Amino acid sequence: MSEELHPREREGVVNPVVRAPDDESERGQDGRRLDHAEGTSKPIKAPAQREPQPRGAKIRGDRPIDQGEAAERFLAAPLHAAAHDERLWDLRRKRDNAAHGIPEWEELRELASQIKQHTLSNLDAYLEQFEAAAKANGVHVHWARDGADHNRIVLGILRDHGAKTLVKSKSMLTEECGFRHFMEGEGVEIIETDLGERIQQLDNEEPSHVVVPAAHKTRFDVAEVFARTLGTDPDNDDAHYLAESQRETTRPYILNADAGLTGCNFAVAETGTVVTCTNEGNADLSGNVPKLQIHSIGIEKLIPCVEHLGVFLRILARSALGSPITQYTSHFRGPRAGTEMHYVLVDNGRAARLGMEAFWTSLKCIRCGACMNTCPVYRRSGGLSYGATYAGPIGLIIDPTFNKRKYSTLPFSSTMNGSCTNVCPVKINIHEQIFAWRKVLAEEHQIPMLKQGMMKAAGAVLSRPAAYRAAIGAADSALKVLPRFAVYNPLNTWGKKREMPDAPRQSFHAWYKENRMKDGAK
Amino acid sequence: MSARDAILAEIRKNRPAGDHPLPEVPLFTPLVGDDLVAEFGERLKRMGGRIAEPGADDVFAGVRERLDGAKVVASAVPELAGNRDLKAVARPRDVDDVDVAVVRAVFGIAETGSVLFTQDQLVVNAVAYLAQHLVVLLDPADILPNVQAAYRRPEFGQAAYAVLHTGPSATADIEGVLIHGAQGVRSLTVVLQPRATA
Ligand code: SF4
Repeated sequence: MSEELHPREREGVVNPVVRAPDDESERGQDGRRLDHAEGTSKPIKAPAQREPQPRGAKIRGDRPIDQGEAAERFLAAPLHAAAHDERLWDLRRKRDNAAHGIPEWEELRELASQIKQHTLSNLDAYLEQFEAAAKANGVHVHWARDGADHNRIVLGILRDHGAKTLVKSKSMLTEECGFRHFMEGEGVEIIETDLGERIQQLDNEEPSHVVVPAAHKTRFDVAEVFARTLGTDPDNDDAHYLAESQRETTRPYILNADAGLTGCNFAVAETGTVVTCTNEGNADLSGNVPKLQIHSIGIEKLIPCVEHLGVFLRILARSALGSPITQYTSHFRGPRAGTEMHYVLVDNGRAARLGMEAFWTSLKCIRCGACMNTCPVYRRSGGLSYGATYAGPIGLIIDPTFNKRKYSTLPFSSTMNGSCTNVCPVKINIHEQIFAWRKVLAEEHQIPMLKQGMMKAAGAVLSRPAAYRAAIGAADSALKVLPRFAVYNPLNTWGKKREMPDAPRQSFHAWYKENRMKDGAK
Repeated sequence: MSARDAILAEIRKNRPAGDHPLPEVPLFTPLVGDDLVAEFGERLKRMGGRIAEPGADDVFAGVRERLDGAKVVASAVPELAGNRDLKAVARPRDVDDVDVAVVRAVFGIAETGSVLFTQDQLVVNAVAYLAQHLVVLLDPADILPNVQAAYRRPEFGQAAYAVLHTGPSATADIEGVLIHGAQGVRSLTVVLQPRATA
């Protein structure tokens, strides 16, 4: 690390390296252990042992993703697999505690679902209202048909201002658009400011989780990436040191950036406001430091009124992190004096999805990640094994809308335990949509013949989702452990075909019974 | 056809079937007890923030050490002078050297331990993130019971920028290890101090 990268407050720091003696990150003022933001409820440290990081699915153009192959490699890295599983399971447990702390939890989920369904079925009117309000507030509003359109529009805005550097906060939408890669080709320097997202950028990887983008990496992986790209000490794997290194190296970019860009968690039609929820405050830096601010908004992010934030804010962070709220909830409504503010409203397949009877409610998603954390397949295979922008259960039902052939195998990466549906704060019937996708893909012959054969063999189960539904509400103990049938079940491309065991129904029920019986003792 | 019209036309064509009325949102009973000050402090601490009681003759007694140790103090409150005039700041990036920023919150929320600022309280929005530490004055009478009550306040329909801070900037992106001061302030301390009566 070069001299100027050292933190200002270097005097008086104690080992490990940059941690101030009065660091309050772990313990609160009253001495209790803190676990807000993405913090774990107990220390979960990967063993102090290096293990090469398993990489994600191999992308071969439009060819169907072989998630099973990537998952096998993930499981073959036991330190990574175990740390990932434990970390996300902890997030899931934190979510449960937070949800149980609110007596009206189920009512809030129902309200959130209804508000979203109402907005989506009147999306044209709400978008027009949002646009009008934003314009009245002095915001420039742009519309993008797809990702390429979005990238061209943003490039145009940057060119108009002679902007060559842009700091951004986390946005799954821009991942969808391939924004960073596009801008690299245009000579615009993009700097991710979220720690997890920055790690992924520096390692040339996609985020593996919508909330914790580098959840699949251990601190050793991060130390290796930072040593290679930021010049940090390769032997120092202390998370504080690594985070501080990122802070100090990113700050100059933030101060000097020509433009800032954020994503959007909620767009309020009534007031023309863009709301972002972050823990680091990096959306606020992106929006408040550069002279030019841009907010990229998926058109499904609309909600009618400010009042409705009082519903969504109460379920988002609790579902995502198990905290009552994120550290920052920011409401951008108009430009600062002497600056320009732009909104880019992006469709990228959303309007088309609205017309898919079985799948349109997937547009309710608020990207909390709860369905991923609870999914035994996701936890044991890593987000990158899906080879798509969206991983986990939500990915299974929206990825095929982007590319039916490429993501044709993903809806088979599920044990159909229904837990995703149970935790979803906006009540998307995720597992039913996964099932519906299997049927669509089979009918449209998007599934390779082999798998179609497998599906026929498994017809008894597939035609009776009730058999699966029996597992909904399965106890945590059953979910915590990846059921054997999920790995070896021929219904799941995720499993290993060559180790095909007993008839799937039988093994499923055997597994289920066994676990239920164990649980019955509780 | 413009992208705008094409998108709107497709949305109209694809309108989902069925009736989806906008539900009435009931007023939920606050999850917090009557002692909003205590509840606020408890939640704030769980979110990594600190509470400092004002001293008998020094409002800033609880953060005196931090203020005294600071080279650059930017104050947006009349209770403290500071040595960086926020009104004279030309560009947001110029507040990068601020050690401690002192601002007053519009209100607090007991349910979460949050405080609200708009551009009016912050003067330079960026100071609430670029400063190393943030000290917040909050009138105990300005504490609302819950998030729902907060969103009934007019600020959200008026301010160009409104932000809820709940504790300091935080990250746990590396193995879930909680770290304060990710990109923004390393600490946030709330001093419960009534507003000076005008
Ligand atoms: S589908 Fe539901 S649970 Fe999954 S990320 Fe979206 S909102 Fe969260």
